[in-house]
Amino acid sequence: MSETAQALEAGPGGPEAAAGTRQYLTFLLAGEEYGVDILRVKEIRGWERTTPIPGTPGHVKGVINLRGTIVPIIDLRERLGMPAVEYGPTTVVIVLCVGGADGRERVMGVVVDAVSEVYDLPEEAMRPPPEFGAEVRVDFVRALATVGEKMVIVLDIDRMLGMEALGAGAGTG
Amino acid sequence: MDLERFHQTFFEESFEGLERMETELLALEAAGEGAGAVDPETINTIFRAAHSIKGGAGTFGFKEVADFTHHVETLLDEMRAGRRPVTAEAVGLLLRCVDCLREMLASQQAGERPDTAQAESLRQALEALRGNAAQEAPSAVAPQAEAPAGGWRIRFRPLPHLLQTGNDPVRMFRALAELGELTVRCDEAALPAFGELDPEVCYLAWELELRGQVPRREVEEVFEWVEGDCELAIEPLGGRGEAAPETDAAPAGDATEAPALGQPRERTQSAPAGVSAQRRPRAQAGSIRVSIDKIDALINTVGELVITQSILGQIGRELEGVLGPQLEKLRNGLAQLERNTRELQEGIMGIRMLPISFAFSRFPRLVHDLGRQLGKQVRLEISGEQTELDKTVMEHIGDPLVHLVRNALDHGIEPPEEREAAGKDPVGTLRLSACHRGGNILIEVRDDGRGLDRERILAKARERGLVAPDAQLSDAEVYDLIFQPGFSTAAEVTDVSGRGVGMDVVRKNIREVGGTVEVASEPGRGSAFTIRLPLTLAIVDGQLVRVGSQIYVIPLVSIVESLQMQAGQVNVVAGRGEVYKLRDQYLPVVRLYEQFGIEAEHTELAGGMLVVVEGEGRRFGLLVDELLGQQQVVIKSLEANFRRVEGVSGATILGDGTVALILDVGGLHPAARQQAAA
Repeated sequence: MSETAQALEAGPGGPEAAAGTRQYLTFLLAGEEYGVDILRVKEIRGWERTTPIPGTPGHVKGVINLRGTIVPIIDLRERLGMPAVEYGPTTVVIVLCVGGADGRERVMGVVVDAVSEVYDLPEEAMRPPPEFGAEVRVDFVRALATVGEKMVIVLDIDRMLGMEALGAGAGTG
Repeated sequence: MDLERFHQTFFEESFEGLERMETELLALEAAGEGAGAVDPETINTIFRAAHSIKGGAGTFGFKEVADFTHHVETLLDEMRAGRRPVTAEAVGLLLRCVDCLREMLASQQAGERPDTAQAESLRQALEALRGNAAQEAPSAVAPQAEAPAGGWRIRFRPLPHLLQTGNDPVRMFRALAELGELTVRCDEAALPAFGELDPEVCYLAWELELRGQVPRREVEEVFEWVEGDCELAIEPLGGRGEAAPETDAAPAGDATEAPALGQPRERTQSAPAGVSAQRRPRAQAGSIRVSIDKIDALINTVGELVITQSILGQIGRELEGVLGPQLEKLRNGLAQLERNTRELQEGIMGIRMLPISFAFSRFPRLVHDLGRQLGKQVRLEISGEQTELDKTVMEHIGDPLVHLVRNALDHGIEPPEEREAAGKDPVGTLRLSACHRGGNILIEVRDDGRGLDRERILAKARERGLVAPDAQLSDAEVYDLIFQPGFSTAAEVTDVSGRGVGMDVVRKNIREVGGTVEVASEPGRGSAFTIRLPLTLAIVDGQLVRVGSQIYVIPLVSIVESLQMQAGQVNVVAGRGEVYKLRDQYLPVVRLYEQFGIEAEHTELAGGMLVVVEGEGRRFGLLVDELLGQQQVVIKSLEANFRRVEGVSGATILGDGTVALILDVGGLHPAARQQAAA
């Protein structure tokens, strides 16, 4: 485990949690800003070549060696049904701690266009996502948050990535 | 004091103790049936195990366990004192007590209150048995002989580490105070200045006076757990210094006296005013108990080291040519590193290795009980129980083995009459054996029963639609059908087996640890199940192959041979199924790139590289682009962070730091993939 991750894990439950405010790391996907709970972020690294896994859907890019552990890498654009893009110099992999449906914790990486900011977001800033009908998938969206003039889409990563472990989310992405 | 961390050790030791009791009880029974003499040491061993459990349970406040064990111990004590004959009835009852204790301890371990109903009924049975005994042998020793009128003076000087062993003098004094009137004087002469005081060291000594009619044994029992951790002297009050030790050993006498059954050997420690430190030497200096987590952490670290070493080795090779005179030094250093790493890895792997007797040890009891239940006579022969294998692998084969043994007893071995009618020994033989072969361990469960019923299996399989009605199958293929999910030919569902969830689970469990199971059978002569398991789950000898830009590892044990295909030997069955004729065999060909959906260089079979592999009793060929080197690879789990993938058993990290998948040959066969999809 990286030192950053340990430092991050030591931090939760502090005063900000009591005030209902949490920190979120945001990143960009097709120009929109998405956020994940920063306590789930283990590290951020550049894109590197993966080893593909047979029999997995396209958004599973394969696995990498993260200091001796085998970590699957998932393209978040493709997972959310957006068109894939070529990976460039700003493309990063955010390594996350994911709680699976089977109660086990897994480490997974998600490929995003670029990392953006770290925001303190109070619980009051969260709005439930509106319904779009069947065309737009919002079941991975935990809330929409307002930061100044901008909107941040806060993701439910357990829901989004926990299914990968079961193989169930496979065909639906 | 926090006792929690001692609980785990207590449970582990208690379960081991129960196993020891069970083994020895069965030995007692066997000796009894043979009308031979009972070895008193056997009873002593059983008694000691029970006593340890009682003591530990008392210390940790598991009152129900301690109370119940006390009753068991009383009966055992009478047996070893020769006051109570060793009958089949008594042994049977004690075996049931062992089961009951095991359950009680298991619920304690799970943090639940143990169910005392069973314990209570067994306790009554024990009392009833002892009631009879008292009438049969009324010559019980009068306990007063051990109890001087005045009481005892006890000098108790713990060694400094006493507190670290989890013993608490106060607890002991409380127990003494329950026996009689206790006065305690504390000697604090050894107490250092406060600044130098180590809170975990015991500096104190005590002199105690216990007044009242208390048998010496009861006093000794209080101190039983600190023997070897203290200096202890127990003397009678009122100057009868010599008398007491003699009375202490009253029933024991001299060891050279013609021993009755169960003559106690252990209680010969009647040294006057004895320093009991010599009494039971701390014999376990040869081994230590280490939590498996610590070892696993070490194995992981060493796995990293192996990878780092191979990365360095690769860099070293790349630097040849660049470096001048320094090259030789680097090469030597790298060779040294490789050797040391290898040795370190083997050493650490060795720690996890346990003899398979740990898995076999439950079978004498199981066979004994089941044989009775089914009315069958079975002789169990165990061989190769010293064969070692990885603890994790062992944990995975426990259940499958139980299943195979149950099946052999239930379906394989016939009732005595039927055996006699067939001209066989009425006593069936069940053989469990283990041996090392290559990098694998082979475990065989063989019975001399009626064998598998080919026709019945085939009929059942046709009924279930598992095989085409007109299919011609070899014996091996027919027998292999029993591993299909939901397949059971048992005419009636018995308590023992035959619910149809069985052999498929056996195969699944064994496959999960990278093993295979095969069956051979001969009608009327019996059947044999052979389990082949890797010695360890942590490393595997692999053949690296390349398909397109990808590198895969095929475990060497699954490879039969590799060859370049000749054009004339390739055939296509029914337009789809490609086969390659190798000598007199037609091997199905699996195009790895097709199955894995990747690009490959060679798509022509003729001239292509074929790796002939065998898994799950099936032999077939894998088409690859190139054979690379062979090397030992550290197995990493894909499931830890992802999920199980068909045809892949895990992953490893290559010398350049990239990930390569390890192939699960059994799952790559076309038929296996079909089953997985269904």
